[in-house]
Amino acid sequence: MLDANAGNHQDDELVPAAEPHAGHASSDAAAETQADLSAEIKAIGESYARALKDGAAPETQPRLDFAPYRSSILRHPTKSLHHADPETIELYSPAFGHQDVHALESDLTIQHNGEPLGERIIVQGKVLDGDGRPVVGQLVEIWQANAAGRYIHKRDQHPAPLDPNFTGVGRCITGADGSYRFTSIKPGAYPWKNHLNAWRPAHIHFSLFGTDFTQRIVTQMYFPGDQLFPLDPIYQSIVDQEARDRLVATYDHDLTSPEWALGYTWDIVLSGSKRTWTENEAFGDAGDEE
Amino acid sequence: MSKLIPTPGQTVGPFYGYALPFNKDNELLAPGSVGSIRLQGTVYDGNGETIPDAILEIWQPDSEGNVVQRTGSLVRDGYTFTGWGRAAVGNSGVFTFTTVNPGPTEAGAAPFISVAVFARGLMNRLFTRIYLPENEEALAADPLLSSLDPERRSTLIARRDPDGGLTWDLRLQGENETVFLDFERVEGASH
Repeated sequence: MLDANAGNHQDDELVPAAEPHAGHASSDAAAETQADLSAEIKAIGESYARALKDGAAPETQPRLDFAPYRSSILRHPTKSLHHADPETIELYSPAFGHQDVHALESDLTIQHNGEPLGERIIVQGKVLDGDGRPVVGQLVEIWQANAAGRYIHKRDQHPAPLDPNFTGVGRCITGADGSYRFTSIKPGAYPWKNHLNAWRPAHIHFSLFGTDFTQRIVTQMYFPGDQLFPLDPIYQSIVDQEARDRLVATYDHDLTSPEWALGYTWDIVLSGSKRTWTENEAFGDAGDEE
Repeated sequence: MSKLIPTPGQTVGPFYGYALPFNKDNELLAPGSVGSIRLQGTVYDGNGETIPDAILEIWQPDSEGNVVQRTGSLVRDGYTFTGWGRAAVGNSGVFTFTTVNPGPTEAGAAPFISVAVFARGLMNRLFTRIYLPENEEALAADPLLSSLDPERRSTLIARRDPDGGLTWDLRLQGENETVFLDFERVEGASH
């Protein structure tokens, strides 16, 4: 029901979850321990380090085939991606504007009648393409767990409290300099049953569009200094440390708001636009009607 | 060649259901309106099991082959065709869009719908295309399709349903694994 009709009734998601488990142990009784998983992650990391030393190119994206994330085993293509030159529709993105997104949607702390619990944060940054140009007027969507590490989602049944004043969903449209800004609550870590005692580092999901559909990306922003980084198969699916670092925000005391919220800065780079300038001009500002 | 290194992707995870889906997200046109068709399919994993927690986006030209640049995809008015839609697959692994047959963007070109695929367990989004089954001449001349062997090529071509709609299944792995696309040209790569 949830996914089948997910588009139609967002309010369904707000129904409180069933009673949590009596004990706090995982009902899945996962047999594999963190030590098992960490050994696998370590072996892959060492193999990558050797390849780098032998002259292999650094890997900048996650591996689609990364067995420590068990759900990936049957869901990664086994054939290499087929190179294609982007054509027609792929050279453009859908247009989004203020008709689509209300300005208040970028503040996740004011969507209900009361104040959400937790540490208030401001997350701000720029969306750039691979050539360093700002990505202007494009949609940024975020979603996250609450301060206790709980999602408002029926399948998230772990025994941390829901917050009636926090849904964890935000949107904005990038500004003329490619900037975005959200006000929110720092999400908590949460358990996820990949193996026994599996916990995700605190993160915010980001969904972004560029000027070309080929730039479309969903990713996750992490917080600096998280002790769970080395243990997490999703974060570790990016085998290169410099590439991983690109997902970690920077604490920004200048952005921190006195008596109010801690500030984090995180810039996002999409791939380069495949369009030539003249083709780009053809559509001009036609996208935004307001 | 890009001067900046792109930010890595990450899985959409299982809990996007309260965030990414929105009202009429999969209705590029109101169902039943003139020219509308149903585009449907099922998403499978490497065991041939259906996947309940994938989410698909389509982006396509209008029936005349125009690349539409209209806002309003997130707040559908029922009349404006924006060319973009999003559909979370259901518990049975099935997704459905209401849309139009895409037109050829150039005379003689094979029309297609561009697709981005996200799922729990899928580390990074995947791109692919859905071609219409008609106009075999245009399909034969298409640069992408003609670069594939016949078996793989067939994974990108939809079937025409008796009601005029299109059916196109997506297989992340295994027999008849869908062809997924890489648009980045790597310097020095042999392919």
